[in-house]
Amino acid sequence: MRQPLPDQNTALAAADINQAAPAAKPWREQRPDLYPRTGLAAWRSYLMASVVLVLFFLGLDELEITVERLLHGFGKLGEVFGLMVPPESKGRTLVYLAAIAETVAMAFIGTFVASLLALPLALMGARNVMPFGLVRLFVRRSSDVVRGLDSLIWAIFFVSIVGLGPFAGILAIVMIDTGILTKLYAEALENTDSEQTKGVRATGAGRLQTLLFGVLPQVLPVFLANSLYFVESNVRSATILGVVGAGGIGFFLMDRMMISAWREVALIILLVLATVAVIDTLSRWLRNRLIGQTVTVRA
Amino acid sequence: MSLTEAAAGSPSARVIQTGLLHTSGAENARQRFVQNFAQHRRERRMQWVIGLCVLILLIGVSAVLGEVDLVHLWKRLPRFASYFGRMVPEIAWATLWVDLARWYWNVSVWLAALWQTILIAIYATLLGVVFGYVASFFAARNLSPGSKSIFISRRIMETARTVPELVFAVLFVYSFGLGPLAGVLAIGLHSMGALGKLFADVAENTDLEQVKGVRSTGASWAQTMVFGATPQVLPDYLSYALLRFEINVRAASILGFVGAGGIGQELYTAVKSFHHTDISAIALMLLVAVIAIDSFCSWLRGRIIGRDNLRAI
Repeated sequence: MRQPLPDQNTALAAADINQAAPAAKPWREQRPDLYPRTGLAAWRSYLMASVVLVLFFLGLDELEITVERLLHGFGKLGEVFGLMVPPESKGRTLVYLAAIAETVAMAFIGTFVASLLALPLALMGARNVMPFGLVRLFVRRSSDVVRGLDSLIWAIFFVSIVGLGPFAGILAIVMIDTGILTKLYAEALENTDSEQTKGVRATGAGRLQTLLFGVLPQVLPVFLANSLYFVESNVRSATILGVVGAGGIGFFLMDRMMISAWREVALIILLVLATVAVIDTLSRWLRNRLIGQTVTVRA
Repeated sequence: MSLTEAAAGSPSARVIQTGLLHTSGAENARQRFVQNFAQHRRERRMQWVIGLCVLILLIGVSAVLGEVDLVHLWKRLPRFASYFGRMVPEIAWATLWVDLARWYWNVSVWLAALWQTILIAIYATLLGVVFGYVASFFAARNLSPGSKSIFISRRIMETARTVPELVFAVLFVYSFGLGPLAGVLAIGLHSMGALGKLFADVAENTDLEQVKGVRSTGASWAQTMVFGATPQVLPDYLSYALLRFEINVRAASILGFVGAGGIGQELYTAVKSFHHTDISAIALMLLVAVIAIDSFCSWLRGRIIGRDNLRAI
C-alpha cells in the first residue's frame, strides 16, 4: 500500500537509519519532489514554462519594447549623463534652494494637517473604539478610495480648483495622507492590548477616560513614528508635485528638463538627494529621541 | 531604676530609636522623591513647551513658504463642491444604458490604456525584482562577497529609490522616446532600489548554517546564493514583490503626465480640458482596478507568508 505523501520529517526519519522502512523504496519514490520530473509531469512544466515565455514576449510586444529601441535609448541616455557634468547653477542656486524649502514646507504642513485629520477619523474607523459598524465601514472605504488615486492625480484636481502653486500641492498631500494615516492609525488602534484598557476601565473610568488613558498611550508612539516617517516620504513625493504646477522644486526640474538644460537638472537632482538625506537623518534622530525605541512603520 | 532609664538602655529603646530614625529617613526619601518628581515634571513640561513652540514656529514658516491662504480656501470652497459635483454623470433609471454608454463613450481606448498601465506595472516589478534580487545578495552584510560590493550596491540602490519615478521617466522619455518603455524602465529602476533594500534586510536574517552547508559542497558564490540563501528568503521576497506591484500600479497611473504611457495621459487630457464626466469615468475605472489588484495581492501574500505575518510587514 502506498503511504500518503510523506512530509519532510517522516521522510527524513525513514531515510535516517533505514529502520522505519525495512524494504527501503528507491529515493526517487520517497522524495519525488527532489528529482527532475519525468514523463507527463515534465511535459506539463515545459508547457507551463513556454506559455509564460510566450506571454512575456507578447507583453513586450504590447509595450513596444524592442532590442533596437533599448540599445539606441541606452546610447542616448549615456549622452545625457555626459551632458550633465559638471552640474552648474547659472546663478540660480538661491532660487532652487527656496524652491526646495517650499517643497519641505509643503511636506511638513501637509503631513501635520493630515495627522490632525486622521486622528478622529481613525478613532471612527477602529473596531475597538467605534461601536457602529456602518460608520466604520464608511470611514474605511472612503480611505480606500482616497488612497486608490495617486497624490499627483489629487494634485491636478486641486490645481484646477485653487489654481497653480504650492497650496494645491499641500491640499493633495493632506488628502492622500489623511487616507493612508487613517488606515494606519486605525490598525494601530485595533492592535492595542485590551488588558491595559480593561485595567483602566476597572478603576471606574468612563468611555472617554478609557480611551484617553488606556488606548491612546499605547498608540501615540506609533502615530508619531508614522507621521514623522510620512514627512520624510512626502518630501520625496512633493519634489514631483511641481510637474503638474502644484509647487515645489519639481517645477524647475521639469522646466530645465524641457529645455534640455542638463547641467542644471543635475544640480537640482543633487540638491534634492542632499535634502532628502538631511531630512531622513533628522527624522530618524527625532524619532529615536521622541520614542526611544524603534517602532515598526508600515509604509 | 526609673522607667526612662531602663527604657534608654534596653534593646527595645534602640528599636524605638532606629524606628524613629527609619521614619525620618522615609520622610526624607519621600521629600526627595517629591522634589525630584516636581523637578522632573518641570523639565518635562519645559521640554513640551519648547517642543510646542518649535512646532508652531515650523508650521508658521511652512505656511508662509507654502502660500497657505485660508481666506482663498474659504472663497474657493464652493468650487470644491461644484468641481467634484460636475463629475457626477447624469444617469436616469429609465435611460440607464444609454446614459452609461454616453458616460463611458470612449471606453475601448480607456480600457486599453488601463491595460497598458497594469502591464507597465507588471514589467517594471519584474525588472525591479530581478535586479533587486541580485543586488540584495551583494548588499547583505552576511552574504556579500566583499565590503566594497556592500558599499557600492547600497549607494546605487539609495540613489535609485530617492530619485522619484517621474524624474527617471522624463529622462527616459527623452532618451527612449515617448511610450510605455520609458515608464517600465523608470518604475523598474525605482523598484530595484526600494526592493533591493528590503530584500537585503531579509537576506541579512538568513540562517548561515544552510548557506555554509551549500558552500562546503564546493559551490561557487553565485551557486551558494541560489541554492543556499534563496530558498530561505523566497517567501519574504515574493511578499515584498507583490507589495511593490501594488505600489507600481499607482505609480504607472501617473506616468502618462510626462508621456511615459498608461492611463495618466487620458486622465491629464480630461482634467486639462475640463471634461468632468470623463475624469470621473477614468478615475472610477482606475480606482476599481487598483482596489481589485490590492485585494488580490493581499490575498496572495496571505497565502505565501501566512495571515499572521501579514501584519508585521
